[in-house]
Amino acid sequence: MSIRGKAYVVGIYEHPARKIENKSLARLHAEVAKGALEDAGLTTRDVDAYFCSSDAPGLGGINMIDYLGLTVRHSDSTNTGGSSYLYHVAHAAETIAAGKCNVALVTCAGFGRRGTLARDHGADVPEGAFETPYGPVTLNLYAMAAMRHMYQYGTTSEQLAWVKVAASHHAQHNPNALLKKVLTVEDVVNSPLIADPLHRMDCCVVTDSGGAVIVAKPEVAKSLKRPLVKLIGAGESPKGQMGGKVDLTYTGAVRSGPIAFDEAGVKPSDIKYASIYDSFTITVVMTLEDLGFCRKGEGGKFVMDGNLISGVGKLPFNTDGGGMCNNHPGNRGGITKIIEAVRQLRGESHPKVQVRNCDIALAHGTGGSLGTRHGSATLIMERE
Amino acid sequence: MATPYQERTIPAPHLNEGDAPYFEAAAQGKLLVKFCNDCKQYHHYPRALCPFCFSDRTEWKEAKGTGTVYSYSISRASGPVPYAIAYVTLDEGVSMMTNIVDCDLDTIRCGQKVTVTFKPAEGGVVIPMFKPA
Repeated sequence: MSIRGKAYVVGIYEHPARKIENKSLARLHAEVAKGALEDAGLTTRDVDAYFCSSDAPGLGGINMIDYLGLTVRHSDSTNTGGSSYLYHVAHAAETIAAGKCNVALVTCAGFGRRGTLARDHGADVPEGAFETPYGPVTLNLYAMAAMRHMYQYGTTSEQLAWVKVAASHHAQHNPNALLKKVLTVEDVVNSPLIADPLHRMDCCVVTDSGGAVIVAKPEVAKSLKRPLVKLIGAGESPKGQMGGKVDLTYTGAVRSGPIAFDEAGVKPSDIKYASIYDSFTITVVMTLEDLGFCRKGEGGKFVMDGNLISGVGKLPFNTDGGGMCNNHPGNRGGITKIIEAVRQLRGESHPKVQVRNCDIALAHGTGGSLGTRHGSATLIMERE
Repeated sequence: MATPYQERTIPAPHLNEGDAPYFEAAAQGKLLVKFCNDCKQYHHYPRALCPFCFSDRTEWKEAKGTGTVYSYSISRASGPVPYAIAYVTLDEGVSMMTNIVDCDLDTIRCGQKVTVTFKPAEGGVVIPMFKPA
């Protein structure tokens, strides 16, 4: 069974705030759900499936389903960190294709600015005693992937910086973006080195925010007044340390990408716009290679000279400013990747960054850590 | 620029059932690696069942304690003192997460030869780390 053409993204909403006080986490999830339902022209009574990750309070989805006043016949709380929401959209499409739901709500929300802790996935994780003594944190784990990429392929800090520079060119047009200043390569490489070889500006922003997406079956999508955005391919794959055969030069996108492209029946050269998960600059460079936008090891060269800037380069990416400059709600950037790809396909991105004739778009998530274990997910969508 | 190694406080790790022999050996200055007696491969981190063939005939072997830096990063803002996290590929062929210690951290390089050493964590636990060979 394929999901190709079986489901549509009918509603999107990104919370406009980036710093939030005096609101509960549950309320934030409800606000983004309301926004996406209003965007679609649907109500909570139309929703019969709910998807959330561990950023939602409670036991899987059941507390939020109760809080939101939903009656659902399907729920899924897959947690692969920041890529969870791309998994959710794919699983929603599978559920719709199986006839098990009609309208699926996906929410993400979090208060990233309340502090990021050292990664702790619980006492029983099998690797715990063999990793935690060494001080692994998000930063130094991604940094080790960057260091190896530089050693093996000659990638430079200046090349990585172009990812941030391109995102900043887009963020200047987004009034909600946390960082709206246009940056140069020098700005990035002269920012403090915080986990060699990554500088402060190689990192994404930290925000309090959220977003939501509604996925619906074709009959529902075609009854609504919004432009039609059809899911045509989806792939997912986690990657780990492979029993000690550690290879930090590639991501799970080497598997999730081909699955999604095969299902969609398109090639990387058909993609007019790409939302690429940008927790760090290195995440983008490696993902572009693994999805086939360039050859392995050439991601650094590919992103140079504005090649990711809309209207300038070959592959416009993250035209909302991405996680690099716009938003990374609760340290989870997957939902905004989906949202900006849908905006592009609808023609609703900011006019300064809207890709002309944007008929096919890709969104990719990387959750967890490139340096240890992560979950990769790829979605391909088409304007109908 | 130089970033001299500084001792840092390492909280006692939580040990799951089956982990103790690794740390008991470390306390005696030995680095253990798990080996599968069916598929004859080493693996790390250690499991009860081999991640390659799922055999339960895994056993601890003493590693030579020498290896090569696969990758590393100097954390300059994640704790009270800078520290170097790394993956070291042991001469037995598996890579393990570790710290590189007892050197100017700015001199660490991918491909560098290193040798095991041992540093104390809280609670009397001893942790294998690596220093330049």
